[in-house]
Amino acid sequence: MTDDPAPAAARAAALKEAFAEKGLLPDGFVEDFTRHAEENWITRNGAQMVARAWTDEAFRARLLADATAAAGEMGFGLPKHHRHLVALENTPGIHNVIVCTQCSCTAFSIIGAAPDWYKDLDYRARVVRQARTVLAEMGLSLPAATEIRVWDTSADTRYMVLPLQPARTQGWDAEALAAIVTQDAMIGVAEIG
Amino acid sequence: MDGMHDLGGKQGFGKIAYPLTPHDESWEPLVRALWTLGVRAGLYNMDEYRHAIERMAPVHYLSAPYFERTLTAVATLLVEKGVVTAETLAAKAGGAFPLSRPIGPGRDPAPAQSFVIGEPVRVKNVFTSGHTRMPGYIRGKTGVVVAITPPYPFPDAAAHGMRETWEPTYDVRFCSEELWPDSSDPALVHVGVFQSYLEKA
Repeated sequence: MTDDPAPAAARAAALKEAFAEKGLLPDGFVEDFTRHAEENWITRNGAQMVARAWTDEAFRARLLADATAAAGEMGFGLPKHHRHLVALENTPGIHNVIVCTQCSCTAFSIIGAAPDWYKDLDYRARVVRQARTVLAEMGLSLPAATEIRVWDTSADTRYMVLPLQPARTQGWDAEALAAIVTQDAMIGVAEIG
Repeated sequence: MDGMHDLGGKQGFGKIAYPLTPHDESWEPLVRALWTLGVRAGLYNMDEYRHAIERMAPVHYLSAPYFERTLTAVATLLVEKGVVTAETLAAKAGGAFPLSRPIGPGRDPAPAQSFVIGEPVRVKNVFTSGHTRMPGYIRGKTGVVVAITPPYPFPDAAAHGMRETWEPTYDVRFCSEELWPDSSDPALVHVGVFQSYLEKA
């Protein structure tokens, strides 16, 4: 006899009822939390940090020394279990890329919620072992001489990539620069064109 | 545990569905909110949550989208913590509600030791049936410490409701060609490794 699972949406609704019946679900929690997450945990936070690092040498140094404090300085916090933020600096000869092979950890309050492909099995399995191939498949062909550094988010440290600033944007102000910084670039699977 | 979740370096996977694969995601914000609610209510910590995902039946794990894994883990923990029964969940859902497999024992941290930046270290050749954050692909491998973090809860104990101890992790740099000789792209692979998983090289 087969016993097909109820649709995920029905199981999610059942779980919600279970919380509610134990008095664990405050009124409006789901809506308030969702709104909070969508309004506050956005890619623009990290983009603003990157743009400032590109335009403010002292901030760049602080970001690379202690990204948790640098984020806090700009008003961006981390959830309790993200205990330590590290910024990884790309240079003309070094390219960083982040992954979580065992689940899908990201600094979501800084770079925004992880995209689906980041959470999928293929990326998690392959990027540690075939980084150059995977990046090329995703549209980022790096020069042979570029050293690739992969960071597996296996503990409570969260990483963000500080991408290279495109030459064409020299002299832009931080606001204009923040508008071109993408989540993919802060994960390390794309450059900023 | 050497579970299905421990994917790093596994072969046979294909191209990344990049940038996005459309699917029904209307229920996902609800699951994300309930997951957070469980943490805030003190029902489980992050390591218990991660381990509940790892305990999913392998075929279910591989076929479930990300938020279905979250859904399954939170439901499992609510049942294990006595908030609701599995039968009640299934009745409310109007069909089967697959849960994760039962939890086993955790383990205590190793005696304290310390390492310095630049020091070569080896990942211990140890195995556990419980939760661990040591990806299998670094077991027994040698790397170099490139950064040291503040102390974090030791996952192998924290996921099992054991006395919480905290220890630093070390960002250890491995060469992909030493992790997978003759079968990898050249790269430096960094892993955040708990102190208890390491020994002097």
